[in-house]
Parts: sequence; C-alpha cells; structure tokens
Amino acid sequence: MRPLSRDALARMVALHLPDEGFVNLGIGAPTHVADYLPSSSGVMLHSENGVLNVGPKPPEGKEDWDLINAGKMPISLKRGGSYFDSSLSFAMMRGGHLDVAVLGAFQVSRDGDLANWTTGDNGSPPGIGGAIDLAVGAKSIWVMMDHTTKDGRPRIVERCGYSLTARKVVTRIFTNLAILNVTENGLAMDALLEGTTVAGLQNLTEAPLLTPGKVRTIKQDGTVVP
Amino acid sequence: MRNVVVRDAEAAAKDIKDGHTVMVGGFGGAGLPKGVITAVLDAGVRELVVISNNAGSSDDDLSLWFGAGIVRKIICSYPRNAQQFAEQYRAGTVELELVPQGTLVERIRAGGAGLGGFLSPVGVGTVFADGKEKITAQGREFILELPLRADFTFIKGHLADSLGNITYNKSARNHCAVMATAGDTVAVEVDRIVDVGELDPETIVTPCIFVDRVFTRSR
Repeated sequence: MRPLSRDALARMVALHLPDEGFVNLGIGAPTHVADYLPSSSGVMLHSENGVLNVGPKPPEGKEDWDLINAGKMPISLKRGGSYFDSSLSFAMMRGGHLDVAVLGAFQVSRDGDLANWTTGDNGSPPGIGGAIDLAVGAKSIWVMMDHTTKDGRPRIVERCGYSLTARKVVTRIFTNLAILNVTENGLAMDALLEGTTVAGLQNLTEAPLLTPGKVRTIKQDGTVVP
Repeated sequence: MRNVVVRDAEAAAKDIKDGHTVMVGGFGGAGLPKGVITAVLDAGVRELVVISNNAGSSDDDLSLWFGAGIVRKIICSYPRNAQQFAEQYRAGTVELELVPQGTLVERIRAGGAGLGGFLSPVGVGTVFADGKEKITAQGREFILELPLRADFTFIKGHLADSLGNITYNKSARNHCAVMATAGDTVAVEVDRIVDVGELDPETIVTPCIFVDRVFTRSR
C-alpha cells in the first residue's frame, strides 16, 4: 500500500466538490485542487483578496500582479468573474455564502476541531490570514492533509494539541489514505485507499473510527469507486 | 473647484508625525502604494503604529520600514515571509497584534463607518478571543471587536480625477477601498489622473468625499 500522491489527493477532493458550488481553496495543497476540476465543472472559485470565479494561472509573460490569489500568485479571471473589496469578500465567508472551503490542517479532532494556523514554533512570527474566517463561515469545511505527520504520528486526534483555529467546524476529512465524515457520533469512514484495512487505518488514527455503512474504495489515481 | 492632486509621494505624506497610526493598503504587492514607502522613510518619522494585511516581503515594501526601525507596532493578519519584520519581532523591538483578516478589514470598516464595534463569531473558543468581551446574542456566542482608525491612510488606486474619485484595478482593490474610509488624512497613489467627468460614475468605487490627497508615483 502506497499513500496517495499529492496530485491524486487533489484529484480526489476535486471530484467531490459540488457542481456549481461556490468554493474557496486554501493556501498550499488545497490551491492545487483547481488543477483537477474537470473542464465541464461549474464550480466557481473564490479568492479571499476579492475575486470570484478564479481562472488558471496565466501563461508566462502574461501575468498581471494586480490579479493574484490568496497565495499571492498570478491568476486569471473566468468569464462572469468579478472583483470586490476585502470586506465584501469576508462577508461571503462569514455570512455562509460559500458552499465549501477546502483547508490544510496540522490536526483535526473527532469533534471537528481544526488546528491549522500555528504549531507554536517560537521564533518565527505567527500568521493567521483568512483561514479562521473561512473555517467559521463556509457551509462545509473540508480538510485535506496527509493522514499522519512525517514521522508517522496521527493528525486525526481525540483533542488537538495545537492552538485551535475554530471549534467543531470540520465536516469532512480527505487524507492520502481515506475519506472520513465528521458526524455527531464520531468519525465515520466513507472511503479507504485500496490495500488498506480499517484496522490498519485505525492504527494511524488516534480518534476512534466508525464504519456505519459501506466503505468505498479509493484508487491510486484518486478516483473513488463504490 | 475642489482639487486634491498633490505633486508627489512626499507631498502626500506631508505632516506625518512620530507615533502616528498609519494604514497601508494592499494584499502582498497588489494595492500597495509603493511610492509612499520611501516618502515616509524620508520624512524621518519614528514609533509608527502600522495597520496593514502583511508585514512586507520584498525590498520595496513595508520591509524598508522595519529595516529602518521606524515601526513600534503592527496590526496585521499575515506577517509571514517577512524577513525584516521577523528579525525585529525576534529581537522584541516591534509589537505584533495578530488579527484574523476578515476581522481586520471589518474593524477598519467599523472605524470608517462610525460604529462602536461589531460582534464576530470568528475566534470564539480560540486564543483570538483572549482578553475580549464575549457577548451572546440570539443564542450564539460572539466576540466584541473594536474599530480601527488611522491618522494617515495610504492606498493604491488605478485612476483618480482631481476631485479624488477613485477606481481600482482587479484584485488590487482588496483592503484599499475600506481603508479609504478610516483615515484622518487619506492619500491615494494612482496610475493616472484624469479630468473630472471622465470617470464613469458606475465605476467609481471610492467617492471623493473620503479622499484628501491624490498623486502619481514619480518614476
């Protein structure tokens, strides 16, 4: 069993986004999800710095540094896109107008607590940006991350050890091994990477995993089959 | 007729004083009034309180202010990849008030709109609620967030007319349009100044009532 590559994880998340949904992709790995949206997708991407209907990176030499994304990289605007100020942009977040926010995380708890802004590493200044506003406001908060830390410790935990971004907000967790839904009863297994067992996944997960229904199978390319 | 056009960035920063609170527009480089950065340095002021989304990340932005040691405190959301700031932060010579980005811009909006603050759900149950008043309204817990204003606001627009009406370019609008409402003196760096009447009223984002000085960057 080989965990999903970053590309396959991005494809898996992209395939689950609601068609015609308004979606914000966080900085880092989530930004990469845009590359795997099918060309027929009606998903409209929001960028916190005041852009709706974000298009792909422009060709080299065609960059406009007044048109950038949350990661401060050049983007383009799709037909029907719009610009607005930061206050209106964050009103879209807090006001519950976005269908899904896809965020990276350091840790997620069984209750859906999210820790994604600091590991408390003293020395470098902390930054919060717009992550916390997104985590509170979007209708669904999806986390995409590696299932464990680089040295194999669980990121899906009973209680987050790191300073929280928001409490009880995460609704779905996409990792390089599984898809989990955060439910009232706990973490419910939705899909599992082929070649992985429920017991094997539980060993890498601090919070208990439930299997209330049929578990789908994740293929190595990030597609999911019943 | 009203005419707020000034000669250059130096004139736009005239009368800035030690200890002033200064808002600087921009998200990264977009919307950042770069001409003003050196003008404020040249003015020789110190002990500034800066309100901006970031804390500088290149050699022509707020990094210059931190490098020169003229900032006492910064109120911002994302001071990452900011080498000059980080050095001062580690040395304990600059104070940081870290504010979630949406809360930052809304505090500025409240300051410009004459509001006493607002109730935000952002930060409830986290360190961002520490030391703030909690208010329960309609069964939900909120944090009372207080307004922000500045002695000087420096922002970047695209076009201005001589009355001070402003348009913006794409995502460079970001925090600028809100900051324009919350400064005692608001100075706007623009790409071009046009005659009154040339701007389509439907495209004016910041009406001239908010704007005190307009200038184009000297090259």
